[in-house]
Amino acid sequence: MRKIGVFICHCGVNIAGTVDVKRVAREMGEIGDVVHSEDYIYMCSDPGQLLIRNAIRDKGLEGVVVACCSPSMHEATFRKAVKSEGLNPYLCEIANIREQCSWVHRGDEELATQKAAEIIRSVLEKMRQNETLETLIMPLTKRVLVIGGGIAGITASIDLADAGYEVILVERQPSIGGRLSQLSQTFPHLDDARCILGPKRGEIANHPKIKVMRYCEVEEVKGFIGNFDVRMRHKPSYVDWDQCSACGVCLEKCPVEIPSEFEIGLKARKAIYTWAPGGDSGKPVIDQGRCHHFTDENCTICEEVCPERAIDYHQQERLSEERVGAIIVATGYDLFPMEMIGEYGYGKVPDVIDGLAFERMLSPSGPTGGEIRRPSDGRIPRDVVFIQCVASRDPERYMPYCSRVCCMYTAKQAKLLKRKVPGAQPYIFFMDIRTDSKGYEQFLQQTIEEEELIYLRGRVARVFREGDKVTVWGEDTLTNRKVEVPADMVVLATAVVPSQGIQDLAAKLRATTDKHGFLTEAHIKLYPVESPTKGIFLAGCGQGPKDITDTVAQASATASKIQALFSQDVLFQDPLVAFVDPEICSGCGICVQVCPYEAREMDEYRRISRVHEALCQGCGACIAACPNNACELRNSKATQVFGMIEVFEEKPKRGSVNEGSSSGN
Amino acid sequence: MKDQVAGIELPEREAGHSFIQEVRDRCGENVRLCYQCLKCTAGCPTAPYMDVNPNTIIRMIQWGLKQEVLESKAIWLCVSCEACGTRCPNEIDIGVLMDALREMSLEQGYRAREKGIVALHNAFMASIRRGGRVHEATMLMEYKLRSGDYWTDLIPGMKLFMKGKIPLFPRRINGMDSIREMYRKARKKVKEEGG
Repeated sequence: MRKIGVFICHCGVNIAGTVDVKRVAREMGEIGDVVHSEDYIYMCSDPGQLLIRNAIRDKGLEGVVVACCSPSMHEATFRKAVKSEGLNPYLCEIANIREQCSWVHRGDEELATQKAAEIIRSVLEKMRQNETLETLIMPLTKRVLVIGGGIAGITASIDLADAGYEVILVERQPSIGGRLSQLSQTFPHLDDARCILGPKRGEIANHPKIKVMRYCEVEEVKGFIGNFDVRMRHKPSYVDWDQCSACGVCLEKCPVEIPSEFEIGLKARKAIYTWAPGGDSGKPVIDQGRCHHFTDENCTICEEVCPERAIDYHQQERLSEERVGAIIVATGYDLFPMEMIGEYGYGKVPDVIDGLAFERMLSPSGPTGGEIRRPSDGRIPRDVVFIQCVASRDPERYMPYCSRVCCMYTAKQAKLLKRKVPGAQPYIFFMDIRTDSKGYEQFLQQTIEEEELIYLRGRVARVFREGDKVTVWGEDTLTNRKVEVPADMVVLATAVVPSQGIQDLAAKLRATTDKHGFLTEAHIKLYPVESPTKGIFLAGCGQGPKDITDTVAQASATASKIQALFSQDVLFQDPLVAFVDPEICSGCGICVQVCPYEAREMDEYRRISRVHEALCQGCGACIAACPNNACELRNSKATQVFGMIEVFEEKPKRGSVNEGSSSGN
Repeated sequence: MKDQVAGIELPEREAGHSFIQEVRDRCGENVRLCYQCLKCTAGCPTAPYMDVNPNTIIRMIQWGLKQEVLESKAIWLCVSCEACGTRCPNEIDIGVLMDALREMSLEQGYRAREKGIVALHNAFMASIRRGGRVHEATMLMEYKLRSGDYWTDLIPGMKLFMKGKIPLFPRRINGMDSIREMYRKARKKVKEEGG
């Protein structure tokens, strides 16, 4: 028989105010295998912990039950205290008599006292069958995979590489820089995007610890925290980048013209193209779907003109594998497609553009060389309507959330428009103005004052083409007047949505997303940069809309979390996981199907199911699903759980509880 | 150049010719700063009687709705208690602004929607000009004649008179020269500005 000690915490008056702790301690002391029972005002305090340690030493306790608050509060505290006296920490259990007893039965002392005693008795029943367990030790690969080469991925990579860890940065486009490389000047200080990005790209290029994989996508991810096996798919560029000198002759001579994705269709690109003008590598790729060589015409112009003989039409897709210990997902955002919005012209009115397209117009390296010219006829627009909250904050039809950056970038764009086009008049339709970060409100107010912007509160009803104008119908709800603006151009601040392909990637990573496709964090406040899947970290707009400031902060946070993880040589993990009785398991495989963490697999040789202890989170799904009870959870075995239930079942036999509860009511 | 849109004139954009600029030149208040928090209207004691709320007046100035603003009742109902200007987070002194709007309305020959209030203002100024201070009896008489409203407040007026609160004969102040000089200067200034 195991010698058990029971320790009852008052939690100030939180427990003792409702539960007669002295009586409970006395009652527990009368139980046969309880050799020590006492109460104390704050068991979690140093003197409280000392009581436990002294009792273990003096009375040779072989099990400890602490009756106190929720195990999520102090289980770790008490297990540590128990361990320091040489007792196995998994022989310490918590009986929650605060959240589930004293707090909910305030004013009924008799009932609460009896219930507290019941709860402790049931945990004692569990304790009697608890096994000594050892912490699981897992190997740890101190390398990081960063998915996405925007400002989030770049920042995290540099932080981690500077800390001395090897980083693999994967970017699906032919060059890194992400959305930031499409922007002109950034709010609130109007820093040029290239001045933010340029030095960082330089750092990446010269960093011995960073390996950049451009034009490459994650194909498959296996394994778990500390040991992910990632397979990468290197898309064929049909250009030998080692040979290519980025002279650009091929880009000039290629006969195929396609609207450029980078320029949001404001300019054409060739079938052989670089992602961004002045992109970090400058090396082109061939768009196989559009290139005339790969269609029936068998064109070879680029090959003929290339002075370095770098064109290689026979290049094949290549796979590579890397083992990493942690993964940062920094996949960024897209803008909600205008083509979906009927009242704003389904994207068919040429002079209705989205925010990113206007950024390209403002950019000196953009399709218009930094001049504001409307797409239809190249004229310089005078009246420009900006519409905020397009597809954002529209739960019925589009996205229910606020995209967070539109208020600020619209004000910035209107400001830059006024600077570039003297006499231009920006009209901004808004619902609310949200300037939620340092210096933003001041930027906005100053802009409104200096640039003479006209802000109209209300959602625009319709945008349509009328002659060479784009007519905007709306209402100013501050004066309750209908407004009609004959505009030259309309800029839509469309909603920020997760970048295309995020769902597929999340499935590969076993990371969760919300219903809009944004990656979910483990806890919005306590673990905001961690995915619920261990070892996966989140940075940037893939997790939710945010500005550059917050993106960079979040990226650095992931880097710091990973450094903390990598500060150990091995990984320790709670051993409270599922296990299989090989004598009973019939190998039906149901557990493999139900496991949400892919922790169950079939042992093909023995034809039974196996538990991957590093992946198992102890959720119990397989235990419930197993048809012949071959699965068990360590220290929560069926016999233990049933034993606990039986303690409560005995209740009516004693009779006293019924009297207590009726007198209490 | 004006854009005529569904009954609203959008601001005239030629610098110096817009209503918002005219208002600013006259009283120095920058109504562009207004972000429509409505603190002014919420605290205004006469807003419940106004046809257009003070915040909406500001909005209409931003929009260049000159005629509507200068013909509104609201600019005349303002009693210049200064609650709005004291509380405005953007330091727009709406009392001063309203004063400027009243002046502009009179000078530019807009139809004053509250004739009685204009009459009272004129009677008040005339009384000061005569004696350097208000003489209630003659001022009220003049107001009654100007406004044509003979009967309102007659009984309370009689009561005040019986208690000796309305002296029968006017008394001049000593420095009448200075008063005359002030009126002369003001009139000259108005003439110079072509008002």
